[in-house]
Amino acid sequence: MRSSHKILLLSLLVLGLAAGKKNADPEILNVSYDPTREFYKEYNAEFMNYWKATGGGKIVIKQSHGGAGKQARAVMDGLPADVVTLALAYDIDVIAERTGLLPADWSTRLPNNSAPYTSTIVFLVRKGNPENIRDWDDLVRPGLEVITPNPKTSGGARWNYLAAWAFALKRELGTLKDLDKLDPAVMKAAEKKAMAFVSGIFEHVPVLDAGARGSTNTFVQRGIGDVLLAWENEAFLSINELGPENFEIVVPSISILAEPSVSLVDKNAEAHGVKAIAEAYLQYLYSPAGQRLAAKHYYRPAYPQFADAKDISRFPRVELFRIDEVFGGWQKAQKTHFNDGGTFDRIYLK
Amino acid sequence: MEQERYRRALRAPRPVNILIGFLALGFIGLFLVLPLIVVFSEAFRQGLQVWWKSISDPDALSAIRLTLLVALIVVPLNTIFGLTAGWALGKFRFKGRSFLITLIDLPFSISPVISGLIFILLFGTYGWFGPWLTAHHIQIIFSVPGIVLATLFVTFPFVARELIPLMSEQGTEEEQAALTLGAGGWQTFRRITLPNVKWGLLYGIILCNARAMGEFGAVSVVSGHIRGETNTLPLHAEILYNEYNFTAAFAVASLLTLLALVTLIVKTIVEMKNDPRRRS
Repeated sequence: MRSSHKILLLSLLVLGLAAGKKNADPEILNVSYDPTREFYKEYNAEFMNYWKATGGGKIVIKQSHGGAGKQARAVMDGLPADVVTLALAYDIDVIAERTGLLPADWSTRLPNNSAPYTSTIVFLVRKGNPENIRDWDDLVRPGLEVITPNPKTSGGARWNYLAAWAFALKRELGTLKDLDKLDPAVMKAAEKKAMAFVSGIFEHVPVLDAGARGSTNTFVQRGIGDVLLAWENEAFLSINELGPENFEIVVPSISILAEPSVSLVDKNAEAHGVKAIAEAYLQYLYSPAGQRLAAKHYYRPAYPQFADAKDISRFPRVELFRIDEVFGGWQKAQKTHFNDGGTFDRIYLK
Repeated sequence: MEQERYRRALRAPRPVNILIGFLALGFIGLFLVLPLIVVFSEAFRQGLQVWWKSISDPDALSAIRLTLLVALIVVPLNTIFGLTAGWALGKFRFKGRSFLITLIDLPFSISPVISGLIFILLFGTYGWFGPWLTAHHIQIIFSVPGIVLATLFVTFPFVARELIPLMSEQGTEEEQAALTLGAGGWQTFRRITLPNVKWGLLYGIILCNARAMGEFGAVSVVSGHIRGETNTLPLHAEILYNEYNFTAAFAVASLLTLLALVTLIVKTIVEMKNDPRRRS
C-alpha cells in the first residue's frame, strides 16, 4: 500500500515535469508595462500569423506586464526579455547602462525615437464631472482626491508628474519655448513655484499604487478619488470596459507627449537565438497592421495614415509638449525629479 | 449539588448568551461565509460554460499545472525536512536547540515579499551567485526553480512546527524500548516514531500544501509574470482581475477556494480521527 502510494506520487511528479516542459517552437519574451496588455494580446496574435504566413514558421510570444520601473528592474535582475516595450525611454536607458544587454544608442535604431505609438496624460473623472475639474490647477482644490501611481515604480506616474510640473512652469513663465535662454534667476523662481504646485497635488493623493493599472482599479473598481491622472489609452479603455455611463475624460489645457519606447534586448535575443524574430516583431509595430492595432487600442500611432480614420477621430486635440523641450530629456528629468533625493522625494518624504 | 452550583455560576444570563451567539455568527457570516459566497457567485455569474472556458484557457491550464508542480516538489521536500527536524529537535536536547527552533520560524515572521527579494539578491544577475549562474546559462529566478525555491522557503516551517512539540511531548521511551528489544534504527522509526506522529504529520502536510498552492507575495516577486510560463494560480487570478476580466478572475479564484475547501475537509477528517474521544 505504502510503496504503491510512493510510485503514484513519483509518476505524478514526472508527469508534471514532462507537462511543464517547453515546446520546441521559437519563443520570444516581450516585457512590457501595465496598460499595453490588451494591445499586445491582439498584436501578438497578428504578428504570429504574419510570421507564419511569410514562411517564418510557428512561433510563441510570451508576455509579462507590470509597472515600467519594476519591469525594467526585473530585466536587470535577470528576467530574460528578448524585447522590452516600456513606458518611457529612461527605463530602457537604465537597462542599457547597468547591464550592457543592449547598446546605449538603442533609441536611434527604430523610427520616431523608437516609439511606434505615443500617448498623453488626461484626467478621468466620474460621469457628469461633479467636481467640475477642467485643468491641472483644479487638482489642488481643497477636499479633492487625486489618484496617481507611484513615480518611483510607474512610468505613467512620471509622465503625470512632469505634465503637472510643466503646467505650473507655463503658468509662471507664459511659455514653454526656449526655456534655456531664460534668466536663470527667473527660471529658478518658476521651478520653485512648480515644485510647490506639484507638492500641493500630492497632498491630495490618498493612495499610491505601483502601476497604472493598479491606480485605474483603485479609481474605477474601488471608487476612491475624484480624478484619476491616467494614460489617455488607459482612460479610454476603462470607459470602454466599464461603461461610458460611469466615467468621462477631461482634457487639460496642456499635457505631455508621452513616448513609450521599444527595443531589442540584443544579448538576450542572441543567446536565445531569436534575434531575427525579435527585430521583425518590433519593426512590424510600424507596419500598417501594427499602427492600425495601436490606434484601435487608443494609442496615437506614429503613422496616423495607416490607422482607421474612425479610431483617429477619437483622440481629442490637446496642446502637447515634448520632454526634451522642457526637461532636457529623460536622463536629466529622472535625475532631477525621481532619483533618490530628487524633487519627488523632497515632496513625498517631508 | 456542588457541581451544579459551579456550573450555574459560570453560566452567563440568557440574553447575554444570545447576544454573544448572534455576534459570533454575524462575524463569521460577514467575514467568512459572505466572501465565499461572493467568490462563487461571481465565478458562475455568466454560467457554467464561461467558468469552464476560463479554467480551460491555455494560460489558466499552465497556471494550474505550475501550481500543482510546485506543490508536488515543495510538499514532499518539506515533509522530509519536517520529519528530520522534528526528530532531531523533538527527541534530543542539545545546545543551540532553541536557536534552531527560532530559525525554523524565520519564514513565518518575515514578510513574503522580503522572502522573494532574498532570492533576487541571491540569484539575480547582480546577486551573489548571479555572475556564476549567468556564465553557466542557468536561470533560477523569473523561472520555475525560483518559484519552487520561494515557495519552499515560505512553507518551510509548517510540518516541522507541527512535529517538534508533538515529538517533544512523546519523548523517547517507546523508541528505547524498541531498541532494547532488538529493533534496528530504521525499523524503530517506521514502526514506532512515524505511527505516533502520523496525524500531526498529515496535518502539517495539509497546511503546507495549502500555503504552497496559495502563496502570492514571495512568488510574485520572483515570478517575472510571464504568461503561460511562470504564473501560478494566485498570480493568474490577479492578472485576469487587472485585465477587467472579472468573471475569469473569480473562476480561477473559485478553483483556489475549492482547493482550500477540500484541504479543510481533509483537515477536519484528520482532526476527527486524531481526537481520542472520538476514536473507539
